[in-house]
Amino acid sequence: MAFTPEDVQRLAKLARIELGSEQISATLGHLDNIFGMIADMRQVNTDGIAPMAHACDVAQRLRTDVVTEGSVEQRDRCLALAPEAEAGLFLVPKVIE
Amino acid sequence: MINASLKDLAAALAAKQVSSLELTDLYLGRIAQHNPLINAFVTVDEEKSRTAAKAADAARAAGNAGPLTGVPIAHKDIFCQDGWRTTCGSRMLENFIAPYNATVIERCNQAGLVPLGKVNMDEFAMGSSNETSYYGPVRNPWDTDRVPGGSSGGSAAAVAARLAPAATGTDTGGSIRQPAALCGLTGLKPSYGTVSRWGMIAFASSLDQAGPMASSAEDCGLLLNAFAGFDPKDSTSLERDNEDYTRSLDQPLKGLRIGLPKEFFGADGDAATMAAIETALAEYRKLGAETVEVSLPSIGQSVSAYYVIAPAEASSNLSRFDGVRYGYRAPEYNDLNDMYAKSRAQGFGEEVKRRILIGTYVLSHGYYDAYYLQAQRIRRLIANDFDAAFKQCDVIASPTTPGAAFKFGEKSADPVQMYLSDIYTIGVNLAGIPALSHPCGEINGLPTGMQLIGPYFSEHRLLNVAHQYQQVTDWHRRMPAAFA
Repeated sequence: MAFTPEDVQRLAKLARIELGSEQISATLGHLDNIFGMIADMRQVNTDGIAPMAHACDVAQRLRTDVVTEGSVEQRDRCLALAPEAEAGLFLVPKVIE
Repeated sequence: MINASLKDLAAALAAKQVSSLELTDLYLGRIAQHNPLINAFVTVDEEKSRTAAKAADAARAAGNAGPLTGVPIAHKDIFCQDGWRTTCGSRMLENFIAPYNATVIERCNQAGLVPLGKVNMDEFAMGSSNETSYYGPVRNPWDTDRVPGGSSGGSAAAVAARLAPAATGTDTGGSIRQPAALCGLTGLKPSYGTVSRWGMIAFASSLDQAGPMASSAEDCGLLLNAFAGFDPKDSTSLERDNEDYTRSLDQPLKGLRIGLPKEFFGADGDAATMAAIETALAEYRKLGAETVEVSLPSIGQSVSAYYVIAPAEASSNLSRFDGVRYGYRAPEYNDLNDMYAKSRAQGFGEEVKRRILIGTYVLSHGYYDAYYLQAQRIRRLIANDFDAAFKQCDVIASPTTPGAAFKFGEKSADPVQMYLSDIYTIGVNLAGIPALSHPCGEINGLPTGMQLIGPYFSEHRLLNVAHQYQQVTDWHRRMPAAFA
């Protein structure tokens, strides 16, 4: 298969990664090679085979939906890692005018 | 002392021949001396290490020492470690100081293991050579013009150069076993669900598993005892009783059936590697084992299935790096979407971006069935192959890698060549079963490894098999002369 620059641009947009035109052409070649490697997998007959999402066929364990780390000190440690935070909130560029 | 096993170090500590602080200082000294050359450690904090060593000595003085109290260890920089910078090999996390401990770290701390620092790795564990780390490549102590393997290359190089007696690693497609093989160590990838993934930065969640890297199988067993076991914080952690992974070490190998998959023992294997494997198999036969041919008919599809499933999961996991809550944020941008796109473009390296794009593609509308679902069906076929093979044998043996350590740049220009270097190891992750690599020879002065694969929960048996081999061979005791 052959990817087009438009394909790569669309993927980059979906993945929220800015790619310049040079990077797009480099990525193009790599993706062609990688999907060339993967291509034969698509020919394998897997009729009637159940997809295996996980190594172990066990039910996902759920926990009660309660706060387990409620300390303000820990909250502040986490907020301190943010590029921008204020008054207990993460700051992002304005999205609503 | 530098070449002592964990067991011997623990014995010396128990006999008060050495204190943890002395031992820690010995290794910190070696790190200061040798790390500038091999770049295995990305973060060292001597004060924190010494404080932990003093606490270990105090615990021992108070009569509260466990089997590994006071023994130093290096941690892969994928584990969140409270108060330590945790980078995952990425620019994205260059300034990330973890606000909590991964369960693996917490349990190592509780066992009294003394952290020597954080070791280098391929960015987000995506690589087989350590060349994708933002903090520069790690050099293989056996030949510093060559790669240490990856992604746990810093772990492997640190232990091989004896800058640490042991290290933690993680393995998504071979990232413990391949660097262990290329650096002359023993490394174990446990059964999926055995070791908690809490606080371990996620790459491909259905495949990721942490494990020990050390000189010997016995040391790996001691380490696994320290950090394996059920953890309610990881929803994929298996609810099982704790076990002693060293309980079967001394069992004789008489009657052991070693399966040799015909797909891995064909004419296209690397001649020197296959010769080392044959020599090791001869040793196993002397120990009473017998070999039987088995078949893994779908194993040839494992690399393809893996490079659909792992990037798919990675593209989802790595969406959390958005420049909002933690991690890198681009200095200039127009709006929110532009901030995401620029932060991720600047914060991630090329291989990580490539895998996110692959994952985005295989999960996107119109391609999901053809790629992702098909890969999951092939995953089932591969798991079924292993199940069938283990009806005829107790363990499966193969090379760990297609050759000894390669040179920098040799494979990095072509991702497909790099991906194929994990051809023997990837199927194990897809099936979820345990496997280890132990040193089994040298090729032109470079170590090479043998992989032993077992059914689910056979860690104790794999360690037993490797331990018996290590009682009659000394490959695992050899170290690179330049670091003696």
